[in-house]
This record gives sequence, C-alpha cells and structure tokens, in this order.
Amino acid sequence: MTVAVGTPEPRSVVAQVEAAQERARTAWRLKFAATWVVLIGLILIGLGATGNIDTGFISEWGPFIVGGTWLTVLISVASISIATVLALLGAFGRLSSNAYINGVASLYVSLARGTPLIVQILFVYLALPQIGIVLPAIPAGLIALSFNYGAYMTEIFRAGIQAVPRGQREAAEALGMPERLIVRRIVLPQAIRIVIPAIGNEFIAMIKDSSLVSILAVEELLFRARLVGQQNFRSLEALIIAAAIYWILTIAFSQVQQRLERRMARSDR
Amino acid sequence: MTDQPMPDRDARPDTHTAGDARGHQHDAGAPRHLGEVIVTASGIEKYFGSHHVLRGMDLEVQRREAVMLIGRSGSGKTTFLRCINFLEEPTVGYIEIDGLRLDADPLHARSRAHQEQIRQIRLRTGLLFQEFNLFPHMTVLGNCIEAPTRVRRISRGEAVSVAEAYLEKVGLIDKRDEYPSRLSGGQKQRAAIARALCMEPKVLLFDEPTSALDPELIGEVLNVMEELAHEGVTMIVVTHEMHFAREAADRVVFIEDGTIVEQGPPQQVLDDPHEEATRSFLRRFLDT
Repeated sequence: MTVAVGTPEPRSVVAQVEAAQERARTAWRLKFAATWVVLIGLILIGLGATGNIDTGFISEWGPFIVGGTWLTVLISVASISIATVLALLGAFGRLSSNAYINGVASLYVSLARGTPLIVQILFVYLALPQIGIVLPAIPAGLIALSFNYGAYMTEIFRAGIQAVPRGQREAAEALGMPERLIVRRIVLPQAIRIVIPAIGNEFIAMIKDSSLVSILAVEELLFRARLVGQQNFRSLEALIIAAAIYWILTIAFSQVQQRLERRMARSDR
Repeated sequence: MTDQPMPDRDARPDTHTAGDARGHQHDAGAPRHLGEVIVTASGIEKYFGSHHVLRGMDLEVQRREAVMLIGRSGSGKTTFLRCINFLEEPTVGYIEIDGLRLDADPLHARSRAHQEQIRQIRLRTGLLFQEFNLFPHMTVLGNCIEAPTRVRRISRGEAVSVAEAYLEKVGLIDKRDEYPSRLSGGQKQRAAIARALCMEPKVLLFDEPTSALDPELIGEVLNVMEELAHEGVTMIVVTHEMHFAREAADRVVFIEDGTIVEQGPPQQVLDDPHEEATRSFLRRFLDT
C-alpha cells in the first residue's frame, strides 16, 4: 500500500467509496439470503428428523394437490376483477351527492365489511337456496369473494379519487370539459395510478382468502390438500404443500407488482 | 429538471404565425386599437358563508385589451377572476362574454341547464392557474389536444397542427412529447398557456401565473404573456408583478375589500394614483 502524499484525487475517492458501498450491499444480500436458506433448511431437516414425513405420500399425492393451483389462481383473478368493477361503482356511489345512490353504496360497504367473509360465503351457498337462489359452488364462492373485496376496494378507490388534486378537475372544467369526460379522461386515470399498489395488496390477500371457498367443496388448493391429507392421515405433508404454493404465489405476485410500480414511476410523475 | 433559458424569440421568424392565423395584428409599439366590449362583469357579489368577499364589482373589457387586477392578498381579485368563468359561482350579478350572458344562480348552481350554460361561458375563456395544473398523465401535446378533440370535436390532425403552432409560439415545440414532470415550472406554465390558446378562447384569464415560480423562471412566462398582449389577445390578469403590469397592461384595476377602488392606464394608477388606498398599497408593495 502506498500512502498518498497531499490531497487525494477526489474522483478516485468517490470511486473507492462507491466500490466499498457496493461490496457492503452485496455482502448484506448474501447474509440475508443465507439466513432464509438456513432457517428453512432447519425447519425441513427438523421435520425429516421426526421420522414422520412420508415421502411416498408426497410423490403420490403432491401433484394432485398442486393441480388445485390453477383453480385458486382462476378464482382469485376472477374475483378481483369483479371486485374492481364493484369498487369503481361503489366509489362513485360513496362520492355521489345523490342521497339515494350514496345511501346504497354506503350500506353495501357497511354490510360487506361488517360481517365475516366466511359467513358471506356460506350465506350465498347455503342460505340463498332457501329463497330460491341456487348457485353451484364456484359461482357462489366468486360472488361472495367479489362482494366482500369490492367493499374494501370501494374505500381504496374513493380515497384514490379524492387524492387527485382539485386543480386537475378545475383545469378540465376551465377547458369546458363536461363532467363525464372529466371523470373518464382526467380523474380516473390519475386515481387508478394512485390505487394500483393498494389493488396489488388486495390481490395478494385474495389469493390467500380464496382458500375459504374450500368449505364449499370447490376443488382448489386447500380443498385438495385437506381431502387427501385427511383420507391418508397425512395432513402435515398435505398442508405444507398447500402452504408452500400459496407462499410462492404471493411472492411471485409481489415481484410482478414491484416491477409494475417501478415502471409506472419511471413513465411520469 | 433542466431550466432552459427563454428561447430567443427574435431568432424565430415564425413566432407569430398562430396569432396571425387567428386574425390578430402584431403592431408592437403602436397603440392598440381596442374593439367592442367582449367581457362584462356586472354587480358581482360573492359571499363565502357570511364572509362578504366581493361587494359589487363591475368591469367591462374590450376586445384586444389587457387588464391587470392588482391588490393585497385577500382583497378578492382571485375570487373575482374565478367568478368570470364560474369556477366560483357569484352570489349575485351576471357575466357576459361575447354575447352570452349568464346570471349568477347559486340556488340552482348544480342544475343541468345552469351547468351547461357555465360550460358555454368556459368555452369562451381560458384560465391559467398559479399551479399550472397540467394533466400529468398526458404529454405536453396530449394536454394541448385533449379538449380541442374531445370537446370541440375537431380532428386530431387539425388539433395537432394548431397545438404545434401554439407550442412554437411559447417556445416549447421541442418539448411536445415530454410529460409535465420533466418540465421546469416556467415551461409548465408556458405549456398551460399553449393548452388554453388551443381552445381559441375569447379572453384569457391569468390567476397569478408566476407566483409559484422560482424567480429566475418568471421572466420567460411574462415574456410570453407580454407578447400575447401586444398581439391583441384579450386578457385579464391577477398579478403582483408591477413592472409587468406597467409594460403590458392597457388598464390597471386596483381592488381592495372586494371593490374596485381605482382603475386607469398603468402610468396613472401606478405612478399617480388618485386614491389613498392605492397609494398605501403601492407604497407597501414597493417597500418590500
């Protein structure tokens, strides 16, 4: 090592500092990843050491449980889509100056948020037939999930619409734009940008809550895991498989969501 | 953000194309020939709750005239300006712009018929805000063609060529495809001016268009406004820029406590005010 005499050259100092920071970042990430690998490894080894893990069951029934993934994803995507439409209507209802419209929207939000999701699911499937509305399990599940999430998302959309600066509406009004055009072209596009992260979180929650429709014997992930797990007295393996898939799904979607947000942040604002 | 200096307007021979196309003469220096009365505000009063903000304001503005409203903050000048295009519904009084008269009707402010009338008034005016209020999810060009294509329903091609002429005029043609977040404050306000001009309004209303700007960016906006004034664009401007008022105004109106205290040519009102209230305002203004 040579010792520099006098003032060091500033740019080389900057380069050294940056290199050191980069090394520190890499090291941090490695330690972080190692922690996960070690902890998960310990859990798996611990389970294996009990001698109670039946790998035969896993290889025989694993694929069957995993096969429920597509229905879980399908239910989640369909429900979040319907919920988004409900939430848009609900948000404009909650912001409406019309007492009737506002009343309907507010009652919806209050009812849907004030009762348990599982009660709503059972209600649609078990209670409605008594008044002549008989629905198959999957549609019943979709309706209950959409109804419930639509209410929570109504509040998200309402907040998003209110977060669009007042000046945006005024500028559009000053240009002579009629109300419908202002909503469609100025307010909504900006509101949607504001709420996209929150909708992503709702979707992640929906993936997990979709497991509740297993009580209607919809053959999604959790139902399959419970079915074969209980029949074979192998619930430990079955539920670990189901849990792992939910976990992987939510991690994967968080990644997609982060990338989406970063791209939107780059395009403007 | 890059702060570009105001482009040298003399270096751009086609600067006035858009204005000329609209029939404005450019006779800088020569006294302007004002036309018939195009904006009338009559007996405008405004209450916010029990607060009496405007106490009977009357103003007539002629075609091609540049009128500057000055006064303390809280004097009601911004409220008055916003009453002209009904962003604030006056409590009583009426506005007439280019032959369309609209009476204040706060009792039925939200009725469909009244709202449509308001929209017709707004189509005759262009409003510039302190905070610019460009649409952040559209490019500069997108901002400029949004209302022309969707409200005036002119073809996209035509709207684009009109918009380009005005962007050229305000010196932003090279920013046409940028999003507002990439513009400096001065550029945003100039883009907003182009957007307003694209609707071919009868009168431009400016609400303190430079108060949100860094000092070094004020000049580029005032230059554009002054050029428009000299070209004969009718405008009503709420401003604190006394120097600008002196240069560009045909008439200066001093407002205090919701009434017009004094008005006249800029030299008279600013240099030789008749009213003590005006003198005291200007004195305090010059001190600070």
